[in-house]
Amino acid sequence: MRVLTRIGGGLRERLDGAGQVVDLLLRTLAALGRLPRRVRFTLDMAYNAGVRALPVTMVVAAFAGAILALQTGIELRRFGDTAVLGTITALSMCREMGPFITGVILAATVGSSMAAELGTMKVSDEVAALEVMSVDPVDYLVLPRVVALAIMCPLLTALSDLVGILGGSIVAEQNLDVSPTLYWQSAREALTSSAMLLPKEVYVGLFKSFVFGIAIAILGCASGLRASGGALGVGLAVQAAVRNSVILIIVLGFIITWFFYFLAG
Amino acid sequence: MIELRGVHKQLGDRQILAGLDLAVPKGMNYVLMGPSGSGKSVTLRHIIGILRPDAGTVLVDGQNVAAMDRTQLMALRKRMGYLFQNGALINWLSVVENVSLPLREHSRLSRHEVHDRAMAVLKTVGLEQAADQFPPSISGGMKLRAGLARALVTQPEYVLYDEPNAGLDPIISRQIHELIVEVRDRLGVTGLIVTHSRACATHCGDRIGILDQGRIGIEGTVAEMTAQDHPLAKAFLGGGAD
Repeated sequence: MRVLTRIGGGLRERLDGAGQVVDLLLRTLAALGRLPRRVRFTLDMAYNAGVRALPVTMVVAAFAGAILALQTGIELRRFGDTAVLGTITALSMCREMGPFITGVILAATVGSSMAAELGTMKVSDEVAALEVMSVDPVDYLVLPRVVALAIMCPLLTALSDLVGILGGSIVAEQNLDVSPTLYWQSAREALTSSAMLLPKEVYVGLFKSFVFGIAIAILGCASGLRASGGALGVGLAVQAAVRNSVILIIVLGFIITWFFYFLAG
Repeated sequence: MIELRGVHKQLGDRQILAGLDLAVPKGMNYVLMGPSGSGKSVTLRHIIGILRPDAGTVLVDGQNVAAMDRTQLMALRKRMGYLFQNGALINWLSVVENVSLPLREHSRLSRHEVHDRAMAVLKTVGLEQAADQFPPSISGGMKLRAGLARALVTQPEYVLYDEPNAGLDPIISRQIHELIVEVRDRLGVTGLIVTHSRACATHCGDRIGILDQGRIGIEGTVAEMTAQDHPLAKAFLGGGAD
């Protein structure tokens, strides 16, 4: 009986948490009209997020591209078809790897710091102070962070796509004897579309990262605003923000790919 | 006037307030004392509408706070100031930006007017020299005074003080007490002060109420309370109490 009660309590807590995340998302969307008053703060947030995540994202993207090219190239060489290595690396980076890597790194660096900042504000009564001044914490604290990551995540993704393809080109030349000219020509052909300027893969990847940016910021802010019980509570909020963000990035990544390639054609 | 009638509040398994009745007339400083965890801060949070009672009513100038929607609550809060235990300043804003915040958010004043008004209030609390400093670099007493300036900048009718001298040395505490009295006398602000401090209660208060088991155990003027033989009054206001 006690076990059932504990399971029930845990489940209820999770559902409460999920409900609060959805509620926070809706309230943030409703506050979008007040964004012009928060432009400076939003740009500060976007700049900080970019600066904090850029170096790690670039290093990880370069190695991810290199690994991707290496793994794929080994198999392609068996079939004597390394000419398409640039195409495969470019499309994989743009569709999946770029958004995924950027999302996970933003969750670990920026999402965690959002949870820590807002959690500390919550446990030290700063959020309550905003409320008693009739300043809506969603409008003042959450909206700029969400918009900042919704902008920065696609920008960082575009950069990590490029750096990943570059990492792949180095491996292609050094380890697989694919000339840079052939690799880049193959990649450029894959990333050119006569109808839409860029191929669908690039747009889907950028859309994914836009959604990831919103999800990471909302989860970070929601975890922070739920924090209670001092430093321990803030630590748990950070842990929850990163864990939930990574899970959601994977799930949303699957859903978006499925939607664009299987449902919407 | 602030009135609480039969307010009950349970948090988790604990019954914090159990039929609390309290009346704070206009222009008066009412001091609310009681043991730690007796519901003093919870009482303040009901009055400002952060918490809602399980039963009973909380009235400010005859309006039921618990029944207010978001817009009405915002209007009420603009008429109230709240001084948190540690000042609760926003860390990334300077002292003057913290004090300006409610004006920047809610008034139509120009940037210069907001700054001038914030500086005037900072001068009142003796903090104009620290206007450009940030909260992590100022002392606890300065944070409290900045918090008080922020509570006063909108010229509220009521100020709720939550442990205004917690953790402060006697000299800074006395400065804060004098400020609270000045706010009442010069600005005509009604105050509800939550404190453990005998010095704060006797210096700042007009009436004192002591919470006991979720309701007022004993209440009276400062003179009546200090002369009381009641064990609660002795414990909080007797010779050995601080």
